[in-house]
Amino acid sequence: MSMKTSQQPFKERIKVKMQDDVMRASVANAQERMFGNRARAADALGNWDDWRDMGASIRDHVLENLDYYLVQLSDKVIENGGHVCFAKTADEATAYIEQVAKQKNARSVVKSKSMVTEEIGLNQVLERNGIKVVETDLGEYILQIDDHDAPSHIVAPAIHKNRRQVQQIFADKLGYQGSDEPEELTRFVREHIRQYFVQADIGITGCNFAIAESGSIALITNEGNARLSTALPKTHIAVMGMERLVPTFKELDVMVSLLCRSAVGLPLTGYVTVLTGPKEADQLDGPEEFHLVIVDNGRSDILASEFKSILRCIRCAACANTCPAYRHIGGQSYGSIYSGPIGAVLSPLLGGYEDFQDLPYACSLCTACNDVCPVKIPLADLLLKHREVMANAKLTPLKERLTVGAFQLINKHPYIWQQSIRLGAKAANKMINNGDMRFKPQAVEEWHETRDLPHTSHESFRDWFAKRQNNGGSHD
Amino acid sequence: MNVSFFATCICDALSTEVAKQTVLLLEQLGCRVHFPVRQTCCGQPAINSGYASQSLAAIKVQIAALEENDFPLICPAGSCTAMIHGYPKLLQDEPAWQQRAQDLSDRTFELTQFLVHHLDTSQLNAKLEGIGVYHPSCSLSRKLGIKEEPIILLKQVGGLTLAPFPNQETCCGFGGTFSVKMAEISGAMVTEKAEHIQSVTPDFLIGADASCLMNIGGRLRREGSTIRVMHIAEVLMSR
Repeated sequence: MSMKTSQQPFKERIKVKMQDDVMRASVANAQERMFGNRARAADALGNWDDWRDMGASIRDHVLENLDYYLVQLSDKVIENGGHVCFAKTADEATAYIEQVAKQKNARSVVKSKSMVTEEIGLNQVLERNGIKVVETDLGEYILQIDDHDAPSHIVAPAIHKNRRQVQQIFADKLGYQGSDEPEELTRFVREHIRQYFVQADIGITGCNFAIAESGSIALITNEGNARLSTALPKTHIAVMGMERLVPTFKELDVMVSLLCRSAVGLPLTGYVTVLTGPKEADQLDGPEEFHLVIVDNGRSDILASEFKSILRCIRCAACANTCPAYRHIGGQSYGSIYSGPIGAVLSPLLGGYEDFQDLPYACSLCTACNDVCPVKIPLADLLLKHREVMANAKLTPLKERLTVGAFQLINKHPYIWQQSIRLGAKAANKMINNGDMRFKPQAVEEWHETRDLPHTSHESFRDWFAKRQNNGGSHD
Repeated sequence: MNVSFFATCICDALSTEVAKQTVLLLEQLGCRVHFPVRQTCCGQPAINSGYASQSLAAIKVQIAALEENDFPLICPAGSCTAMIHGYPKLLQDEPAWQQRAQDLSDRTFELTQFLVHHLDTSQLNAKLEGIGVYHPSCSLSRKLGIKEEPIILLKQVGGLTLAPFPNQETCCGFGGTFSVKMAEISGAMVTEKAEHIQSVTPDFLIGADASCLMNIGGRLRREGSTIRVMHIAEVLMSR
C-alpha cells in the first residue's frame, strides 16, 4: 500500500462510506471513548497546556536544528555498530531495504506498526521479491488478511470494523471458530502469528522517536509486538520519517508523556522500548544487524514551507479522535493512509494536490483539532492555508472563482452591497415558503437536502433601522 | 455609552430579528446605537474558502466604513467578530492598513462579551419560562475563548433552566461555505447535533451565532421539532 488508498473521486468515496452504518457506529463509539480517555489523562497529569507548550517548543527546536541532530543521530548509530541510510525518496528507501533483504536471503519479514513504511509502499516491494511480510500489530494484521483493506486511523487502523466483522475475517481467512470476544480473538491471533516471529529473517519497525545523543530508537506499543519483532530476527530495520527525533532522553520523556496520553489516554502504553544498536558480544538476544532508514520523501520541502509546523506531529491521532468530519466519513474516505485533520494537511503536501485536493475542504474549520493537538499544530489554519494555496494557483473550480469574484465586486462597493441586502431580504421572504423554495440554485439545493430554509422578514435590518431613525425611535 | 453596530450580512438580510433585538437590548442597557450604513460583509465566505489575498480590497472598504466612528463595535455573532479580529494578520504586508485593522479589531466585541464586561446587566429583567439548551458555537468558544459569558447572562433569565446535552461543544456543521460545498458531511453533522439536542427535550435552543442557529434550526424544522430556536439577544429581550 502506498500513501494513496483509493482511485475513486472524493465525493463518490464519501457517498459510499457514509452509508456504512457499521463503520459510522464503530468510529463514533471509538471517538467518544478515546476523546474521553484523552481528556481524563490530560487532566490527571495537570498543567496540560504547559506540557503542550513544552512539546511544541521541543519539536520546533528539533525542526530548527534538524541538520545538526540528524548528523549526531547518524554518527551515534554507526558508532553503536548500526548502518544508516538517508533516503531522499520513497524509492530510495525501499531499494535500500530490498537490497538488505536480498543480502540476507530473507524469506520472511515481521513488521510492527509503522505509517512511514506504508507511505513508502514497502510491503509491495518486499512481496515482489517473494518475501512473506506479516504485520504483527493486531489492527494492521486484520487489514492485511482482509485483502489489504485500507487503514482508517493512524493509531487504530481497523477502527472502522466491529468485532463481528473481525470474527468473520478470521473465520474466512484463518479458519477461526471462536466467539467475537476481543480477548478470544486476540489470543487466537497471538498464537497464530507466533510462528512468524520465530521464522522471520528480518524485523521491520517504525520509529516513534530517535534519540540523537545515543543513537537509540524508541518504539511505543500496546501489544509487545515491536519487542518480538526486534528481539527474534537476526536483522532489524527501523524506518523513520526524518523529523521524528529528539535531542536527548530528557525530551523523550516529555514527548512520550504527551504521546501516550493523547493517543490512548494512558500515562504510558504497555511497552515503551528503547533500542540502541545491534546486540553486543556478551548479549544473548537482539539483532545481529541494525539498519536505520531515515526517510525524507518530501519532508525537506515541507520544512522550507509555510506548512513547517505540521512536522511537529507525533502521530497520536488526537485530532482525528475529535474531528466531527472524520467521525461521519471515517478514515478511508480520505483516500490516504493519513486520515483525519493531520491526514488532510499532510496528504496534499506529501502526495500533491492532484490526488488530495478535496481533503482541505472536508473541514468546517471548527478548530477542535487545534485544541487537542499535544504539540499545538494549528491544523485548521493549515487546512485554510491549503485552500489559499489552491485558490492562488487557480486550482479551484472556475465556477467557484467566478462566484467569489462576483461576491468581491459587490462586497467592495457599499452602495451595491446595501441594495443587494435590501433586495436579498425581499427576495428571500417572497421565495421561501415553509422552509422551501421552488427554484433552487445549486447551493440552496445542497443546503435543502438536510435542512429547511429560514423564516425571514421582507424588510432588511438596515431598512428597519433607517425607518426607526427617521421616526425618531432611536437616538442616532 | 455610544456604541457602533456591526449587523453581519446574515442578520441584516435573513435573521433580521436577531439584529433588531440586539439593538433594542443595547438601548435598554443605556447605549446609543450607531449603524455605519456603508458596512458590508466581513468577507468570511471568500476568506474561509481560501481567497484571502483576493479579499483585501473588500476588507479595506469595510475598515473604512466602520471608521465612521470610533465607538466600541458590537457584533451579535462570534464568527464575524473573529473574522474582524483576523484582519490585522491578513493585512500584515501593508503596515498602515494593518494599524487601521488593529485599531478596529481592538474595539470590536462580540455581544455577550461586551454585555458582561462593559455594561451593567443587573437590570435585564428577562423572563423565559422553560428548559433551554445552549449551543456554544466554535467561533465563540474556541476561536474567541468566550465560554462563560453567555452562561452568565442566561443564568439571569427568570424561569429559564439550562440543560446540558451530549457532545455539546461539537461543531453543528455549518462552517460557512462548508455547508454547501461539503453538504453531505455538513448534513450528517447537523443531523447528529439535532439528535443530541432533542435527546434532552428542551423548549429552547439558544446560541450566539445566527448562522449556526439557522443551520441547526433548519434541521430541527425539517424533523418537525417544536423546539424554539433563539439567539441570546432574543432571549435577553424576552419578558
